[in-house]
Amino acid sequence: MRIAVCVKQIPDPATPYQLAPDTHRVVRPNDQVLDDTDRFGVEVGLQIAEGNEGSVTLFSMSPSGSLQGIRQALAMGADKAVIIDDANLGGSDALTTARVLAAAIDREGFDLVIAGTESTDGYSGVVPQQIAELLDVPSLTFARKVDVADSVVRIEQQTSGGYDVVEAPLPALLSVTSGVVEPRYPTFKGIMQAKKKPIDTLTADDLGFTTDQVGDAGAGQTITSVDAVPAREAGEIVEDDGEGYLKIVALLEQAKVI
Amino acid sequence: MTTWVFSEEADGHASPAALELLTKARSIGEVSVFHIGAGSEAAFEELGTHGAATVYHMPTDDHLPSAPAAAAFASLVEEHDVDLILFGMDTTDRDVGGRLSARLGRPVLGNAVDVSADGAVSVTSEILGGTQAVITEFTGPAPALVFVRPKAFAAEPSDGGSPTVVPVATPDFGRSGSAVVVESHVEESEGPDLEAAAVVVAGGRGVGAEEKWAVVEDLASQLDAAVGATRAVIDAGWVPARLQVGQTGKTVKPSVYIAAGVSGAMQHLVGMKDSGMIIAVNKDAEAPIFAVADLGIVGDLHQVLPKLTEALKAR
Repeated sequence: MRIAVCVKQIPDPATPYQLAPDTHRVVRPNDQVLDDTDRFGVEVGLQIAEGNEGSVTLFSMSPSGSLQGIRQALAMGADKAVIIDDANLGGSDALTTARVLAAAIDREGFDLVIAGTESTDGYSGVVPQQIAELLDVPSLTFARKVDVADSVVRIEQQTSGGYDVVEAPLPALLSVTSGVVEPRYPTFKGIMQAKKKPIDTLTADDLGFTTDQVGDAGAGQTITSVDAVPAREAGEIVEDDGEGYLKIVALLEQAKVI
Repeated sequence: MTTWVFSEEADGHASPAALELLTKARSIGEVSVFHIGAGSEAAFEELGTHGAATVYHMPTDDHLPSAPAAAAFASLVEEHDVDLILFGMDTTDRDVGGRLSARLGRPVLGNAVDVSADGAVSVTSEILGGTQAVITEFTGPAPALVFVRPKAFAAEPSDGGSPTVVPVATPDFGRSGSAVVVESHVEESEGPDLEAAAVVVAGGRGVGAEEKWAVVEDLASQLDAAVGATRAVIDAGWVPARLQVGQTGKTVKPSVYIAAGVSGAMQHLVGMKDSGMIIAVNKDAEAPIFAVADLGIVGDLHQVLPKLTEALKAR
């Protein structure tokens, strides 16, 4: 079974994000990390591969750099990675990202595509569904539990009031929530092996895209301004001296909720 | 300007998001709705009174509606002049809207908190935990697809009457529509609805352990408040996912939000920062939650909350 897992390298979320003043794009340092939410997709892919004689290929649209985030996912156990690295892709919107990833996945061949629900740095939250439509496969999203058996994928889809059990025949796409599984930590052996695993690099042109179809030119949208949202007025911050709860009581009275 | 709003029926009602979006859309121009589900009279009436002149209704069965709904919606868009399509951010909204975007080859914008249509359609979205407002203009051919955050607009009925209801047949959807909903589970919930409650008591990782979670529930029950939680708490399995507040969870705007042991990650702030009053209790004086708090108590929540609960009980 050929399992494609979409992953994204993002600037370390522990550092403050910066937007380039001219393009309004997130400034991407050379050393990006694996989006934490993608570890869950990689783990689900590995578990399914282990139970179904499968292989896991990572797909990522990523500017060149150290690729340490991709190595991290390879060290968890993924077999190979396909990176679409092309300066013309800078500024691509969600749909272009989906088109590029779908084209790369289709070129490689797949039975199951796995993605996170949304990235930590961009979060349009619809790239998985767009990929599914472009690949003409069902999209099983917001999975909190996943089983694959006899070429059928069955998930528990998180809903606002509980969950639905949804199933579809392969090929299919699924998006997983964080918490669906406990992602494994790379072992020392895994880290050493990851250094030898193949990373294929493609350009947009390799996938049949012209420069006016991707990046800023293909985005169909342009950022006109970025402004700081007025901060809430500074509140009162106090050390608890054992009587801190009385301040809360007073505020709750003021808000007329007690 | 012609706007279409997506609506999914649940328990005989239009989705709350659709009514919020209609309230905004009718101020921009003419509005139609693409509504999926059972198709009850009550749902149609709600859509009408909130501004829908026409409701295109596609019934659903046990198939996952995303692919067939996107295919039917795409045909309607191709038959009509549509400038703007508004979705909420629920699972089905994202599934149908994402697929529709790919089908039509039209771009999307997510996390919108405002939409304007003076000439071009432009969208305000808040990024980086709601600290930065980005205005993006659509530059390509119509329609523009926009996903709007819950509660960005308040739903208000207008003097609109019953809408014209146009039945839409479920298209032949082939391979991408082959997913089936086998079972549906609604988890029993107690107390007020998280998204509508006047007071929310939310706990974060700082609560420490599942067996200590009662400290949050006790306070909530004393205040007749809804219980909320951060993603870390959901991921740890202490409480069900439907209690999650934040980017991938629910958006709340209560009069009072009490955050106990919540650090205030960007993804959490975006779901609660517009609350009327925010009270935070956290051991870490540097926690980002204090930057948005009207009152911050730097201390042990396991000291502060029980005393607060007792004091409220004694009143």
